[in-house]
Amino acid sequence: MAGPVLLRACGLSKSYPGVRALSDVTLEIRAGQVHALVGENGAGKSTLARVLSGMVSPEAGAIEFRGRPVRFRHPHEALRLGISMIHQELLLFPELSAAENILMGREPGRGPWIDRARRDAEAAALLGRLGVSIPPGRPVRDLSVAERQMVEIARALAHRAEVLFMDEPTSALSAREAETLFGVIGELRRAGVAVVYVSHKLEEIYRLADVLTVLRDGRVVGTYPPNEVPPDRLIALMVGREPVAAGGRAAAAPGEVVLEVIGLGRRGRFREVSFRVRRGGILGLAGLMGAGRTELLEALFGLVPADAGEIRVRGRSVRIAGPPDALRLGIALVGEDRRRTGLVPPMAVAHNITLAGLRRWCRGPFVDRRAETRAAEEQIRDLGIRARPGQPVATLSGGNQQKVVLARALLTGPEILLLDEPTRGIDVGAKAEIHDLIRRLAGTGKAVILASSELPEVMSLSDRLLVMREGAVCAELDPRRATPEDVMRHAVPA
Amino acid sequence: MNRPRAWLSRYGLLVAFVVLVAVLSLARPNFLRVGNLMTVLRQISLNGILAVGVTYVLLTGGVDLSLGSLVALTGVVAACFAHPGDWPACVPIALGILAGGACGLANGLGVTVGRVAPFIVTLGMMTAARGLALVLSGGRPVSNLSPGFLFLGSDVGGIPVQVLILAAVAGVSHVVLTRTRFGRYLYAVGGNAEAARASGLRVERIRTAAYTVCGALAGLAGVILASQLTVGQPNEGVAYELDAIAAAVIGGTSLSGGVGGVGGTLLGALLMGVINNGLDLLGVESYYQMIVKGAIIVGAVWMDRRDGR
Repeated sequence: MAGPVLLRACGLSKSYPGVRALSDVTLEIRAGQVHALVGENGAGKSTLARVLSGMVSPEAGAIEFRGRPVRFRHPHEALRLGISMIHQELLLFPELSAAENILMGREPGRGPWIDRARRDAEAAALLGRLGVSIPPGRPVRDLSVAERQMVEIARALAHRAEVLFMDEPTSALSAREAETLFGVIGELRRAGVAVVYVSHKLEEIYRLADVLTVLRDGRVVGTYPPNEVPPDRLIALMVGREPVAAGGRAAAAPGEVVLEVIGLGRRGRFREVSFRVRRGGILGLAGLMGAGRTELLEALFGLVPADAGEIRVRGRSVRIAGPPDALRLGIALVGEDRRRTGLVPPMAVAHNITLAGLRRWCRGPFVDRRAETRAAEEQIRDLGIRARPGQPVATLSGGNQQKVVLARALLTGPEILLLDEPTRGIDVGAKAEIHDLIRRLAGTGKAVILASSELPEVMSLSDRLLVMREGAVCAELDPRRATPEDVMRHAVPA
Repeated sequence: MNRPRAWLSRYGLLVAFVVLVAVLSLARPNFLRVGNLMTVLRQISLNGILAVGVTYVLLTGGVDLSLGSLVALTGVVAACFAHPGDWPACVPIALGILAGGACGLANGLGVTVGRVAPFIVTLGMMTAARGLALVLSGGRPVSNLSPGFLFLGSDVGGIPVQVLILAAVAGVSHVVLTRTRFGRYLYAVGGNAEAARASGLRVERIRTAAYTVCGALAGLAGVILASQLTVGQPNEGVAYELDAIAAAVIGGTSLSGGVGGVGGTLLGALLMGVINNGLDLLGVESYYQMIVKGAIIVGAVWMDRRDGR
């Protein structure tokens, strides 16, 4: 069922300052196949996808499309040949309608005039081919993330895409929306489109891929049919070492209650949330996207303060109107979106690490730079951040960036640590390191609240588990007894 | 393999400056005379002070278009209190700086509390401050200033006082930006305001402070200009803000915030000054000079873009 080779990469290499992103990569993409690219963050998957879709030019090597050598000077040239990319951060025009987005650059009409009726009809036909019903006239800003993704895919089809790159397409989708996407990918494959699928999620890869290529440190480790590499072996190929198996966690020794929340709410975001967290405890928050977990953590940190209920820290009732209040009370947050709310991209790694706790290394208004650098270097060593202190943080891989954000929170000296999706979009190795770190922090007496969409993660780390649904806590489970199916049963709205 | 490129993007401006100076001194030996160099420094000192001030604002990702009008307003305010026998010279000087700081504070509050775009807030201030300067002066230059006040426009040991003031402003600002918490916070706010807020920074206060400092430095520049001209001139300072922003941007300060510094800004101001002076010495007409200057502003940023990739 594998069709002809559409795209062939021969000996591609690409470096960025300080990193060899791709090194002598050779690869074939065939029509009608889902080709998965797997590897740790920084392994070169995204770079490879960007090079093959014409967004970045390689320093060495050649690309062939249908047997003819091609050089892309611009993404347009790849697009014209039928190579499209569905981006991690969706690139659409929010104020324009779905149809306008889908047919952007190929509007039907005569001369300068656009035939609107035909445009909407063509867009509806393309969306229909994907089996989704989105009104073509609706502005993209009113669509959900999943619907926007469908609009992007329809746009690629409008450009007669033969090769479609998808970079972590499910990272912002709910389980049900991901199902729809998988259906669409199946349709595309049947229609003879080559889908290049970049993902960290192994379940998806085994489900979708006809063939998978493992990358490590910018090199191809190998290309395999998925049924020949079981998950353990695949992870070993990705990390180059055997991963440590995650164990369960016993209930914490009954420490003092450091944080108590009674009937906490914020209009339109979450309501009536009550729980206690003890010193050394890890409270897990499970739930679907939009269940109110992020909103709850943001209220505890004062980013969007609660407007109902009570928060008690070490027994005293407190008001948290903003992050400075929270930090003073010993509460720190690692947010779910490190690029939006975590990193200051042009700043050095060391300065990013010390930003929130900078007061500690100041004499009067002056920063004691030696003490500051020492503290940052200590964190870089402790957390195993692979970076120099003076390097701009934007040049790090996702896992290392996440550790920078964690280090910053730790340097504020928190007793209560709020972690929102702390391992989203990072590779297997870094993930295991962050899991270890979370256990270690709880071991030293910190209270941790961990929100995660990955059930194995919250279930193996936490000693108590709250399930949220539609803004309220709907169940409290013992993670050692509950099964993932139990959690999902509570999390999914009836 | 990217070494030379990285080096060039870091020191390219300095290299361009040195080459320019070398070429000029070969073509026109007069260029290197102490007297001429002092003239260059005197010519850039006002723009330098304004450019250092606007660097604070640019670092936070904002912009200040009101500087030229603030120069006129604060010059008039100072001059009104600087008639012989009125007050000791320090009073009009302090009032000028305070007036600038107050206008800067108003800019900052408009941006942070009022949540109006910096471009608009400072555009409004540009118009309003010019109007206020005209009202206070009745539309006429405020003359008859005390000798003490005129000291700012004079020389000490052959060095113009305003050059010394620029050196002090630049030195202090460099320390503020690189060694203090406030300085670090400016970079954080401009680099990613959301992340700064999530790190417990009081983003609004930091932004407001940046505009206030910038306004106060515009006040200082206004006082110096009045002293140099021996009158408070309500019509002076038109488009000064654009030269200041140009100097900062040539010096590598990013208009989107979070990147830049005093060193680059000062070099940018020097480069603009040397080019003006050099074109004068080469006998290029001032109309043509404007064309060259415009090309250089865009060219410098274009080079920076290319190197940055």
